[in-house]
Amino acid sequence: MDYSQFLVMHREIALLAVFLVVFLYDIFMPKRALGATSWVAVGAFALFTAYSFLMPGTNETAFAGMYVSSGACAAIKNILNVGVLIVLIQATKWADSDLQIMRRGEFYELLLITLFGMYLMISGRHFLIFLIGLETASLPLAAMVAFDKQRYESHEAAVKYMLTAVFSSAIFMMGLSFVYGLTGTLYFSGIADKLSEASPLLICALAFVIAGIGFKLSLVPFHLWTADVYQGAPTSVTAYFSVISKGAAAFAFMVVLAQCFGAFYADVWEWMLYALIILTITVGNIFAIRQKNMKRFLAFSSISQAGYIMLGVEADSAVGLTALMFYVLVYIFSNLAAFGVIGAIENKTGKVEMTDYNGLSRTNPWLAFAMMLAMFSLAGIPPFAGFFSKFFIFTGCLSQGSVAIYILVLIALINTIISLYYYLLVVKAMYISPEEPQIANFRSACPERIGLWICVLGIIALGIVSFFYDSIYTAASTAGIFASL
Amino acid sequence: MSPVIPLLILVIPLAMFLFLGLCGHKMSHRWAGILGTTGMGVTMVLAYITAFTYFFSGDPSFIDADTHTRLQAILFNQDWLNFYDKLVIRLGFLLDPIAALLLVVITTISFMVHLYSNGYMRDHHGVWEKGFQRFYAFLSLFSFSMLGLVVATNIFQMYIFWELVGASSYLLIGFYYTKPSAVSASKKAFIVTRFADLGFLIGILILSYYTGSFDFTDFTSAPVGGPDSTVYRIDPATPSHILSVFQNSAAPIFMGGSVLTWALVLIFMGGMGKSAMMPLHIWLPDAMEGPTPVSALIHAATMVVAGVYLVARLFPLYLMEPVALDIVVVVGAITALYAAIVACTQIDIKRVLAFSTISQIAFMMVSLGVARPEFHEGLGYMAGMFHLFTHAMFKALLFLCAGALIHAIGSNDYTAMHGLRKYMPVTHITFLVGCLAIAGIIPFAGFFSKDEILTATGEYSTFWYIWMSAVAGLTAFYMFRLYYLIFWWKEHKVPEGHHTPHDQPWTMTLPLVILAAISCVAGFVPMGNLVTWNGVEEVTNPNFFTNLGNLNWGVASVSLAVAIVAIVIATIMYRKENPLPAKMKAALPHLWEWAHHRFYWDELYQFITHKIIFGCICKPIAWFDRHIVDGTMNGMAYVTNKISYAIRGFQSGRIQLYVLWYLIGAVVLAAVTMICVLC
Repeated sequence: MDYSQFLVMHREIALLAVFLVVFLYDIFMPKRALGATSWVAVGAFALFTAYSFLMPGTNETAFAGMYVSSGACAAIKNILNVGVLIVLIQATKWADSDLQIMRRGEFYELLLITLFGMYLMISGRHFLIFLIGLETASLPLAAMVAFDKQRYESHEAAVKYMLTAVFSSAIFMMGLSFVYGLTGTLYFSGIADKLSEASPLLICALAFVIAGIGFKLSLVPFHLWTADVYQGAPTSVTAYFSVISKGAAAFAFMVVLAQCFGAFYADVWEWMLYALIILTITVGNIFAIRQKNMKRFLAFSSISQAGYIMLGVEADSAVGLTALMFYVLVYIFSNLAAFGVIGAIENKTGKVEMTDYNGLSRTNPWLAFAMMLAMFSLAGIPPFAGFFSKFFIFTGCLSQGSVAIYILVLIALINTIISLYYYLLVVKAMYISPEEPQIANFRSACPERIGLWICVLGIIALGIVSFFYDSIYTAASTAGIFASL
Repeated sequence: MSPVIPLLILVIPLAMFLFLGLCGHKMSHRWAGILGTTGMGVTMVLAYITAFTYFFSGDPSFIDADTHTRLQAILFNQDWLNFYDKLVIRLGFLLDPIAALLLVVITTISFMVHLYSNGYMRDHHGVWEKGFQRFYAFLSLFSFSMLGLVVATNIFQMYIFWELVGASSYLLIGFYYTKPSAVSASKKAFIVTRFADLGFLIGILILSYYTGSFDFTDFTSAPVGGPDSTVYRIDPATPSHILSVFQNSAAPIFMGGSVLTWALVLIFMGGMGKSAMMPLHIWLPDAMEGPTPVSALIHAATMVVAGVYLVARLFPLYLMEPVALDIVVVVGAITALYAAIVACTQIDIKRVLAFSTISQIAFMMVSLGVARPEFHEGLGYMAGMFHLFTHAMFKALLFLCAGALIHAIGSNDYTAMHGLRKYMPVTHITFLVGCLAIAGIIPFAGFFSKDEILTATGEYSTFWYIWMSAVAGLTAFYMFRLYYLIFWWKEHKVPEGHHTPHDQPWTMTLPLVILAAISCVAGFVPMGNLVTWNGVEEVTNPNFFTNLGNLNWGVASVSLAVAIVAIVIATIMYRKENPLPAKMKAALPHLWEWAHHRFYWDELYQFITHKIIFGCICKPIAWFDRHIVDGTMNGMAYVTNKISYAIRGFQSGRIQLYVLWYLIGAVVLAAVTMICVLC
């Protein structure tokens, strides 16, 4: 065996190295040095992020085509790294709190391991690798959800997540076994070659595969766990769930659909997805309207946002892929800004209800400002980044050109109006509501502020500077537009 | 030339805006003023360096030495919005003769105004105006926008900055936002220019739809030395190619005019709004509600000439459709006469200057409109740009003088002034210089540029030549009327309890003196060597007396005679208190009444908007909006709410049901698809 193949996976290996650094530091360092664990994790991950950005995304395959590395894979990994870095920075305050201080090492280790799993999902081109990645990315999350040991909701959420995850894995694997039975291979390219015509079994398999990945993306009707878990989990974990896990799954979803089922089945899965997108966006919105708890509110908002991300998959083209990645990037900044504010306020006062935010602009103008930008960006108000990400994803989808797609985009647009309502409810509470402010003025911790600044800059810069979109487009479209995802 | 200096020209004002806007309120007033002024000063120096390098360095990317042709150089061009290969919106920096000229004009006037405002924006006791830092932030924003506009490499960039200029003008007119008249003036200015910009936008869309490009160079020029070159030369073949694109398109004619003519006229409509051409001029007189330095900067020297600049920028394209240019001439000439007549009857000194500005910009428009390559190698184009340059200097001077008077007297009406020459000698002399310049008395700046315009008009048509000469005479008359009514007429009486008016602090005096000096010599700038429509130098090896030597004395002596007669009449009527003006008014009561009320344009607009548009169009639409659109929305909200309430049980919190729904979802998905695909 040619061991130099491992070098193709240098990003994964470097990530494991970061994991090992944190792990060994946590275990072997004397107790007085452990205060710096959080910053060791952040520092090591920042170095890794820089490394990942500096390494070019070449087109290579390893292990007989089970694993590929390409410009698009490198780009989505870099995007996720930025998000993880922000999550890590924002989480330090929470991880260093008295309740978590004994086990914060585990938090970082589990988080890095799930990221490793996501990397495998992104780069795997064989369903075995893909499945390992999917499981690695799912199961440790259950432990992370249960991190607030003393909170009852945290346990409940973990159990709910665990059970649903196991169930969805079972469905997913059932779908895979159908595929394997029909084609005799688990290679993506091999499956694509063997598939010739629609059969009931294959449609079943396709539906189960979509359900399995749809669980990670929390597409309706596979989303029911989302709200409970988001509400129950610690805010940092929720933030991680809502952006990173979703971003990786969206990309992997596109790879699976386009590469395995693209050639013969595009019109079948596009219709399946069509229905799921409409359901997801609409149901997510309808539930979001009623929410009073900020985390639960963002859970439903993120369900609806996942529907928009799926529009990029629906486009089934390099432009769609670019729009999808750009959407994920923007979504990372916007959602992490929102969670950053929620986390800062929760850490200080323990308040997470929307009514607690009444009059926030008068007591904490900067936090309210960051939250407002996040809400504007999520709602897609120009000139913030969210507007452009929605714009690109709509145009990407429209370039497909059929009447059905126009109807789909129209429904998505109507839903944007509904979503505007509930995003503005938050802004209204913070800026217009005449009631007495619930939260006294406080100075948030330094890492929280750094995280928020990065997010705010991202929201503004991505809207104005075209460089990011252009470089993603270059990465997504180099070397054979769609074949080498 | 490296792109660093050009980039800094744009970045410094923007940085000043952000800094003063965000942190200004924490600084002391004095330092905010000094900072803003210094920033603009540095920008001015950089702009001078850029313009000097462009005109005089002999760099092969700026001038083709063999054919004596000035070229267009794109110093940088950054992709901004990349829709697809052809549809790219870029932000860049195009340097060519008119851009370099405008860089100099804008930064000079802007610096003078920044300096002047240090003195103007505080009262006699040295108390700073409220919102002083905000004022400087807005001035910087305006300067940034205007600079971005003139260096635009493509029409879309120009449109973006065009709107930014409009927005900063809105902010500055409404600077005294507690004053209702200022607020309504700012709204009026914004709405009228926005309405005009609608035409501009449609024009842009038509033009880019047919040509598939936004770049100015794709409309007017050809690359020098290979298609990847960033250096271009104005080439009539390119616009005529565009003309053929339009003619060979599926629908070359629209409502009796060619589509290209429509596009150009619509683009000109945007220019009419910004440059206050009739019938879109109504906002400019009201815009005088802003602080006077703002009027000098925006509403006299820079923003209002954006329309002229726009036509000049696309001039080779306009040449393809002479009809469009004829429209420019007619609009310009009528506006010029109208504004000059109205200016004779106004009482507010800033309004007189405002109408004079409208009239002078109309001169530039006429000048561009009459320019044709066959008349003196497109003399009108050069003359228009020349007049833009000289007018910016002397009109800014006049406005700043007016500001000094208002600062000293506390009123805008000349009736409160009279006989100020003894109390404010510096203002008196500089104002006189400005008047002589605008009246066109040799050797002041206006004489040369106006003379060139009249020469070009004479080549085009005798009728318009006589018309424009008459307007020139009126100009001299109303300016000297104003001059005498402010500084002579009768002795000034100081009301009890007030101190006598006096000249202003040096920050205000210095700009006056500098601008007066420029107004004395600007006429000798050999513009024919620097700015021509196709870049070819009309005169080579110029010296200080080139303009004097090239004068067409036939035209020049006529216009001088007209100006002098007009000044003599003004002297007889207004130098000393006498009954002549009242007699004139009694002899022509209707004309005076109409001119005093600006020919009732505002009332006409009031009637059209309130009675016709609001009544016949808006009311039905409002009804439709309230009952049908809102009804649909309310219905949607109602239904959404109901559904939301009805399906809340879906999210029960019971894990068994979650999994059940999951399974049902997967199975239904598979089943429905199977039925659809296989049956």
